[in-house]
Amino acid sequence: MTLVAIEGLTVDFDGVRVLHGIDLHVGKGEAVGLVGESGSGKSVTWLAALGLLPGKARVGGRVKLEGADILGAPDQTLDRIRGGRIAMIFQDPASALNPVLTIRRQIGESLALHRGLSGAAIKAEARRLLDLVGIPDAERRLSAYPHEFSGGQNQRIMIAMALAGNPDLLVADEPTTALDATIQAQILDLIRDIRRETGMALVLISHDLGVVAQTCDRVCVMYAGRIVEEAPAAVLFDDPAHPYASGLIGALPAIEGPRQRLSAIAGTVPDPRALPPGCSFGPRCLHATGACTQAPPALTTFGDGRRMACVLAKYRLEPTAIARELVDA
Amino acid sequence: MSATTPLVEVEAIARRYTMKKGVFGAPIEVRAVDGVSFSIRRGETLGIVGESGSGKSTTGRMVLGLEMPDAGTVRFDGAAIPPIGGAEWRRQRARMQMIFQDPLAALDRRLPIAAQVREPLDIHLIGNEAEREARVVELLRDVGLSADHGRRYPHELSGGQRQRAVLARALATRPDFLVCDEPVSALDVSIQAQVVNQLIDIQAALGLAMLFISHDLRVVRQVSRRVGVMYLGRIVEEGDADDLFATPVHPYTRALVSAAPHPGRKPTERIVLTGDPPNPADRPSGCAFHPRCAFAVARCRVESPVLADLGAGRQVACHLASPAGAGGVPTGPKLPALEVA
Repeated sequence: MTLVAIEGLTVDFDGVRVLHGIDLHVGKGEAVGLVGESGSGKSVTWLAALGLLPGKARVGGRVKLEGADILGAPDQTLDRIRGGRIAMIFQDPASALNPVLTIRRQIGESLALHRGLSGAAIKAEARRLLDLVGIPDAERRLSAYPHEFSGGQNQRIMIAMALAGNPDLLVADEPTTALDATIQAQILDLIRDIRRETGMALVLISHDLGVVAQTCDRVCVMYAGRIVEEAPAAVLFDDPAHPYASGLIGALPAIEGPRQRLSAIAGTVPDPRALPPGCSFGPRCLHATGACTQAPPALTTFGDGRRMACVLAKYRLEPTAIARELVDA
Repeated sequence: MSATTPLVEVEAIARRYTMKKGVFGAPIEVRAVDGVSFSIRRGETLGIVGESGSGKSTTGRMVLGLEMPDAGTVRFDGAAIPPIGGAEWRRQRARMQMIFQDPLAALDRRLPIAAQVREPLDIHLIGNEAEREARVVELLRDVGLSADHGRRYPHELSGGQRQRAVLARALATRPDFLVCDEPVSALDVSIQAQVVNQLIDIQAALGLAMLFISHDLRVVRQVSRRVGVMYLGRIVEEGDADDLFATPVHPYTRALVSAAPHPGRKPTERIVLTGDPPNPADRPSGCAFHPRCAFAVARCRVESPVLADLGAGRQVACHLASPAGAGGVPTGPKLPALEVA
């Protein structure tokens, strides 16, 4: 059952296209990961879908929440969806929280807006949420300010605020990037436990393949404003098909086993104002051929539900294709 | 000087800051680094891992002589670090260099890259005009940049290229020792791999001694031969990089290794620590890790463990760790329930 369907989503800033038609579905209760390097468009996809980009951004395509188009919907509708149906948390919790308001005021605001609670009900619910996200001594800590909490605790508070509206989907944009490794593990566990209890769907945006691998069911790899590969998490990390996806995984040092030289991807991410012709990854790709410069390869679906945008995709994911072509020739 | 004598010897260095809580509060002593010792030989890389506030950067700064330790000594090539600002100190600066996390902050935005790479040669009066020009081209080439990159300004380069430019500048004076403080943390994964490979190649080619500081266990393992794990200003475990990550002994190292997410590994075996990273201004009694440790016993709350040699090249500061048996590895504390399985 599809909860959110993004179809052909494009974003232009000052006439420069940064998102080239994203197709992405999130099912009810599903955990989808979006990985990619800085500038690949993983955050912009969701900011655009929720109408959170600045006015100068031109957004095209369709975003459907349970069949209803929400892209360009009036503010009144979006206000109920954002926070109520789809909540979002960001990388830096300290800058997402208001430093001059107590935690109770900030969680209470969500509760009043999306659940229509007031007075004592707000306080009771805010306390329950703080308990849920593992803030000790919730009763007393409700009247504390963000600076009185550690970074990990502030992210827990952000999660509590996101949960205040009982959302069907949590979009977490690099939720653990600013946190230490041991605290990151705590937050990922917390998100997993909450999903198990509430059945909430999750979109995890991260540059960290490891974080996505252990949290998500399905992973999309983005490069230069396009999804280049989509596969179940376990399949993608064991057997990446797109040259960029396999390059990313090869570039990650191992923590056990023999030390091998890292297989770095040569070159750098292209400037969106000057994308190479054809496949954006072509100039950095070891397998690039003449066909790669013709046109950007389309994201094609293969038998086992994997999607890949590469001229070599059919040879990679349908081994019989080569034989068939040889026979035809 | 023989090859076996360490180039850098650090003995029990400590750094304390005083901090006031509020305007009228009593000053509190913060022990950022609290008795850290290690040595680095020529051509060897020591990695330091730890979370924020563990004192790893302060350690790096003291080793370079950018900050003076309140206690303990740092010896470089057999001699103590001369007082900051003197002529001797300046001469020694040419032999030790550093690279930080943010290359854009380390570069001057108003100067082309080549001019910045050349600056150390001008300051330390190395070579004549023509030699300096040639050396700059050679340095840029060594880190994989072209002469054309040298004519550009920092904002015209990508993050990875900027960090290479910083590396080229650090290598200009042919240093013996390089301190890298989170050198690839700000870079994307694919670029990070390029810079890590480059660092390893250059270190091997020049026989540099290196202190590599990072919070990223995987990168530290890739670069280092030995690794020290810091927690609240102290080294809690030190050993061979491969062994340490394969069989961590200290409960903190074990949690850290298991918390490092890894594609393809299921999170079932993960040890999740409770509690927050400790505050150096409010150091727990006894072993600083005991409030978050699943194995802590009464002794851990009162007595601070010292870093002890457990054999097999491993040093661990934990009351409950056992030395290596014949041909074996040292072991850390076990939970009774785990032993049954």
